[in-house]
Amino acid sequence: MSETIVTLGGIAAIAVIAWWFWLSKSKAEHVNAQQSIDIQVKDGVYQPAALEVPAGQALTLRFTRHDATPCAEKVVFGDLGISADLPLGKTQSVTLPPLNPGQYEFTCQMGMYRGRLVATQA
Amino acid sequence: MTSSNSLRLAIDGMRCAGCVAGVETALRGVPGVAEVNVNFAARTADVRGEAQVPALIAAVSKAGYRASEIIDEEAAESEKEAAELAHYRVLMRKSQFALAVAVPALAFGFPAMLGGNMPHALMQWGSPALAVLTLTVMLYSGPQFFIGAWKSLRNHTATMDTLIALGMAAAWGYSLTVTVAPRLFPAGTAEPFWDVIAVVIGLVVLGQALEMRARGRTSEAVKRLIGLKPKTARVVRDGQEIDIPLAEVRVNDTLRVRPGEKIPVDGELIEGHSLVDESMLTGEPMPVEKNVGAEVSGGTLNKSGTFLFRATRVGKDTALSRIVEMVRQAQGAKPAIGRMADTVSAWFVPAVLIVAVTTFVVWFDFGPEPRLNFAMIAAVTVLVIACPCALGLATPMSVMVGVGKAAEHGILIRNGDALQQAGQLTTVVLDKTGTVTMGKPAVTALIPAAGHDADGLLRLAASLEAGSEHPLAEAVLNAAKERGLALAPVQNFQAVAGHGVHGEIDGKHVRFGNYKFMEEHGIACDALHDQAQQSASRAETPMFLAADGMLAGIVAVADPIKPDSKTAIARLHALHIKVVMLTGDNAATAHAVAKQVGIDAVFAEVLPQDKDKQVAELIARGEKVGMVGDGINDAPALARADVGFAIGTGTDVAIESADVTLMSGSLHGVPNAIAISRATVRNIRQNLFGAFIYNVLGIPIAAGLLYPLFGLLLNPMIAGAAMAMSSVTVVSNAGRLRWFKP
Repeated sequence: MSETIVTLGGIAAIAVIAWWFWLSKSKAEHVNAQQSIDIQVKDGVYQPAALEVPAGQALTLRFTRHDATPCAEKVVFGDLGISADLPLGKTQSVTLPPLNPGQYEFTCQMGMYRGRLVATQA
Repeated sequence: MTSSNSLRLAIDGMRCAGCVAGVETALRGVPGVAEVNVNFAARTADVRGEAQVPALIAAVSKAGYRASEIIDEEAAESEKEAAELAHYRVLMRKSQFALAVAVPALAFGFPAMLGGNMPHALMQWGSPALAVLTLTVMLYSGPQFFIGAWKSLRNHTATMDTLIALGMAAAWGYSLTVTVAPRLFPAGTAEPFWDVIAVVIGLVVLGQALEMRARGRTSEAVKRLIGLKPKTARVVRDGQEIDIPLAEVRVNDTLRVRPGEKIPVDGELIEGHSLVDESMLTGEPMPVEKNVGAEVSGGTLNKSGTFLFRATRVGKDTALSRIVEMVRQAQGAKPAIGRMADTVSAWFVPAVLIVAVTTFVVWFDFGPEPRLNFAMIAAVTVLVIACPCALGLATPMSVMVGVGKAAEHGILIRNGDALQQAGQLTTVVLDKTGTVTMGKPAVTALIPAAGHDADGLLRLAASLEAGSEHPLAEAVLNAAKERGLALAPVQNFQAVAGHGVHGEIDGKHVRFGNYKFMEEHGIACDALHDQAQQSASRAETPMFLAADGMLAGIVAVADPIKPDSKTAIARLHALHIKVVMLTGDNAATAHAVAKQVGIDAVFAEVLPQDKDKQVAELIARGEKVGMVGDGINDAPALARADVGFAIGTGTDVAIESADVTLMSGSLHGVPNAIAISRATVRNIRQNLFGAFIYNVLGIPIAAGLLYPLFGLLLNPMIAGAAMAMSSVTVVSNAGRLRWFKP
């Protein structure tokens, strides 16, 4: 009896893990290109971590790093070949060129901090 | 680009105190500015607030002045180091606290570990005490794991924090249940594992501290470059020499540099001469002679003379600052090999969570008694041993060190793909002029006929050429100047296009030109025929000089081959790379140069616009092609090649079309770059292999795969130690690259 409960519980837990981490995504926050976007680098996450931005327009992201772990010291836009050092306790602006519609990830060097930009046609 | 809470701007164009008010008003008008302080003497403005730099610069510009941001990189670097040290100390304190708690926790677990029963009194009092102590460990030493895990979870991501937090929470919850309600478990099986919590958190935090230390060493190259800048500069103002902070030097300032001093900013030498050691930027060990008009670079070392120079580039525009910026950018780049690890990382942590759940279920359903205990230990061990950090660190750490190593050798690598592909090249295409050769014609031989001497020959040739505009004339005039020969006046000078020049010197009729010119005027050249032939076969252009109808000798002019081209090409061959030369020059000269330096194949008489087609053809034949050129005429070919190497002149770093810039101008930069690339990629492979193998073997062992065969089940504390050490190992292995010598 207890085996059945544990087995069913295990299957349910696996289903929840797969759904939450792989199948569902957090909703991207919509922003205008005119505004510069503030992103906090804190507690292992970018806040906000998902942004919907207009395609075809340059935009500026302002990263403020609060996490002293060295993992957080660089932000890398792998698809765009752009990276920037984030000094602790300061705001660093990163200007991105106009983006084609699509999804662009930004991460720390190790890929633990993860964020994404979803560029959409206005 | 950069904005911060407090920044300093350099302001140009202020002439009076009234200007100060103008600049202040302009800056205060920018939204987000909280405080402005303009210093007229230093010509700077300190701005506090949240305003963006471009907006501030635009406001100053609108008010009729010029502004640029002053970035004190050295101060920023020391600030960063201080912050890192403070964080290191915090981590060490957290680790020490957890490990101190681990001592009683381990002692408490000893009887059970040795197979005995826990004394009842100890269980009754010791276990609740340890519950409180380990909770304190989680709250003081490890809250970052729980906060990080929770915030990542809300973002639908999972990280190392998730694994540690879940593992520790499960261990603590289980141990508490065992302590509070031992009756829920079969008799004699209720064993808490408080020691696991204290030991794992202590070791993982210790690992993070050690990793941080090791990481600091991976960015040494940038620190060394930043440290090249002197703190002050000696500026000449109103006839007086005064020492001012480096940040206050402006374009067009006149600066004095004495022997043994560093040159503060980029500029042009206007008085004096000296030898300058530029090795820190170009990797070229020989000091470079600098005379009036020569360019000097900030951060390089003045060796011998005193000189004055005019500042042409200051602050972040100097070659040194641009090099630092390029190296930083490239250090964040990711070669293709690392992207695979990124893909794995994205799936890794949730996959480990699934393995942990499966492990629990399998042990619970099929394991021996006490099965709940086994199931819990195995699941926690899986969570603790899995190390996504080692995977994530494998590539960037090696790239940081590799790119820095390259910069130390005067090689600027622009992107991650270039770093990886440079090591895979099978063919290197060299442009001739300026790449294999100096790109500047010079007199390479003086062959006087019988009865004449070399100086006399050169004096006559140079006197005639003084009035000529032929490209080779400059080479002859320079040679005469170097030998200190006084030129003679020339009468009745005439130039015959495509042939040569003639005129009267000291009452003699002198002709200077090619063989055809001599032949047409019936001048016999047989006496020096062999020498002329040899000269041509050495890729020289022999020019004949005749005085009063008699041959006086030959002046051979050539674009000399760089002294180290031959050894550099031999090194490329040793790396099993074919070397091809591409040139617009005639075939005879091209082949002669190729023969002298050991080049395998030559494409001669190629028009500049066709160079990229030749590169494309080689690529189509399946070769991995590296193109080496000067970056200006060869831009399309450089862009077409798999890796474009631009040979810089001195510290010219603004070569956009190239993937790699070689600052020394020596071809040795190419084999050096290839060797560094191969070493870096090898290092990345070792790291990735180590990280993959560690996880691929560690996770199944942690899950208990060896238990049915050997009765072996890993202790979660050992798993924690292994996990902590795996990231430190990756970072330390990357650090080994610092000792690599190409």
